[in-house]
Order: sequence, then C-alpha cells, then structure tokens
Amino acid sequence: MELMLGLKYIAVALLIGFGAIGTAVGFGNMGGKFLEACARQPELAPSLQVKMFILAGLIDAVAMIGVGIAMVLLFVL
Amino acid sequence: MAAEELTLQSHIQHHLTNAKMCSTENGIAFNKACSEAGFWTWHIDTLAWSIGLGILFLMIFRSAAKKADTGVPGKLQCFIEMIVEFVGNNVRDTFHGKSKLIAPLALTIFVWVFLMNLMDLIPVDFLPAFAGFVGEQAFGVDSHDVYMKIVPTTDINMTAALAIGVFLLMIGYGIRMKGIVGFIKELTLHPFSSSNMVVQVLLIPFNLLLETIALVAKPFSLALRLFGNLYAGELIFILIGAIGLAQLPLHFVWAVFHILVIVLQAFVFMMLTIVYLSMASSESH
Repeated sequence: MELMLGLKYIAVALLIGFGAIGTAVGFGNMGGKFLEACARQPELAPSLQVKMFILAGLIDAVAMIGVGIAMVLLFVL
Repeated sequence: MAAEELTLQSHIQHHLTNAKMCSTENGIAFNKACSEAGFWTWHIDTLAWSIGLGILFLMIFRSAAKKADTGVPGKLQCFIEMIVEFVGNNVRDTFHGKSKLIAPLALTIFVWVFLMNLMDLIPVDFLPAFAGFVGEQAFGVDSHDVYMKIVPTTDINMTAALAIGVFLLMIGYGIRMKGIVGFIKELTLHPFSSSNMVVQVLLIPFNLLLETIALVAKPFSLALRLFGNLYAGELIFILIGAIGLAQLPLHFVWAVFHILVIVLQAFVFMMLTIVYLSMASSESH
C-alpha cells in the first residue's frame, strides 16, 4: 500500500516536473524571438503579440494536461 | 450515516466533486447513491451553471442588439461592439472560406467559455456553502452531503462536449466542401501519394493512420487544454484557501494571474476553432 502511495507521488512529480521543463524552454525561445522581432520592427509589435498569445496557449497545452492529470491522480484517485 | 471526518483531504475532495443525479432501481438518486449507476449519471451542477450562463450571455447580447442605435452609443452597446468587432477581426483574418456560421460560432464560444471560466474567480467556498445552507434549511440534508462545483469548465464532460461539437462541425464542413468522396480521399491519399496505383493502395492504411491521429488529436487537445488549465487553477485556489491567514496575499497573486489565464484560454479555444474549421473547409494541401 505504501509502495503504491510512494509511486503515486513520484508519478505526480514526474508529470509536473517534465511539463515545466518543456514549457520553460519553449516560452524562453519564443519570448526571445518575439523581443528580437519587436526590436527590429516595432510597428509589428501588436500583431506579433496577438500571435504570441495564441502560441502561448498551444505551448502550455500539453504541460497543463499533465498538471491536470497529476492533480486528479493526487487528490481524486 | 455517521458524518465523515473533517480532514483537509475530505474538504478538498468535497470541493472537487460534482453534484450527481442518476436513476437507480429506487427511482431518482443523488450523489453518493450514484456510485453504481454507470454512464448515465448527470452532473447537474455543471449542466445548471453552463446553461444558466449561456442564457445570461444570450439575454445580455440580445438586449444590446435590440437597443442598438446609430447615434451616440451607450456603454453597454460600446462594450458589446468591442467584443463583436474583436471576434469579427479574428475571424476575418483567420478563416479562409465562406460561411455565415463561423463568426457567431466564434463569438458564442469565446463569450460562453469566458463566462464559465470567470466563475473560477468567485471564492471557492462561497456559493457551495450557500447551497449547503439551503440544503440544510429547505431539505434537511446534512451540508457535507451537498456537492456543488460552480465552474462548469472544470468538469471534463463540459470541455469534451464543446470539443465534440467543434469536431462534428469540422467533419461536417469537410464533407460539405469536398463531398464525402473528397473527404475520404483526403484522409487516405495524404501525406504519401504516388502515381503508381498499387503503391498508392498499399500506402492507404498508413495514410489513414496518420491522418486519423491528426484529426482526433484536435478535439482531444481542445478539451484537455481547457480542462487542465481550469482544473489546476481551481485546485490551487482550494489549496491556498486551506492554509489559514497567510492565504490572502497568495490568493491575490494567484487570482491576478488567473484573470490572464481565463481570458487566454477562452481566446485560444476560439482561435483554434476558427483555424480548424478554416483548415477543414479549404482546399486540401
């Protein structure tokens, strides 16, 4: 029983941790390119910002799915 | 039945459980009595809140539309016009087909999902405690047995329902634009095609597998993205609320961050709907 509990906690940690790593690297890259593009062509900043938010929603997606599953695992199952 | 022990775990579980209604052999049953009722168990709190918020959205927008005036607009008309113009611009920039359904669909998805997500900013204990109070006074039910979740999008059933709706529309638009034969051709002859008939037929199962995965991943990711974001947000609200007085600064910080998340998730859902429908109704790659 404690083995199952211990494994459950490790699973939750892996789910959230790996999601966080991927998301952080993705956002860092995308944010860097966005800032660079705004510095080169400031008049494109508003339209690029809208596209950046759309990409943010997509990059977050799988990490959030992982966090959702981890929360369900931790508190409901 | 003895009252269950008031622990942190049980408090959290209580706030994460939907109000269920099902029909068992003893007639209509609720909540705990539903554990063996199987598939046809209704989450009546999700249904009530989502339908109620939908009706609210329709009432507000209809009243603004009826009073719309070409003179100087009032505040409500201005606000509604901003939203409609925002959605209209996005649809115009992104949707490359011809359809009268897309803009109203996008508006409905955006505002409805936003309103449902907005319920997450109401303090978690507020309305469920009121519902428990009503349950005790009016129905004589112990308030620990009254379950209510006020954010419909934290229920995977709600987000999956929205995603299934979009999925059916995708297939419908695909068939309408290309015909059933064209639709099946697009599923079986892309991405690998060849001019040799035999090779083509051999490649069909492979193409079908790839295209089906790409097709099914869309509603899946739509549903789970919205659910994951909102469920994790609500859960962190509950956890912050459980730590005593230090919760106030943490609540504020998380709530401000969550304001961004709810608008962003509604916007991403709407944009992806428009993009998927645009892909489904345009000519194939």
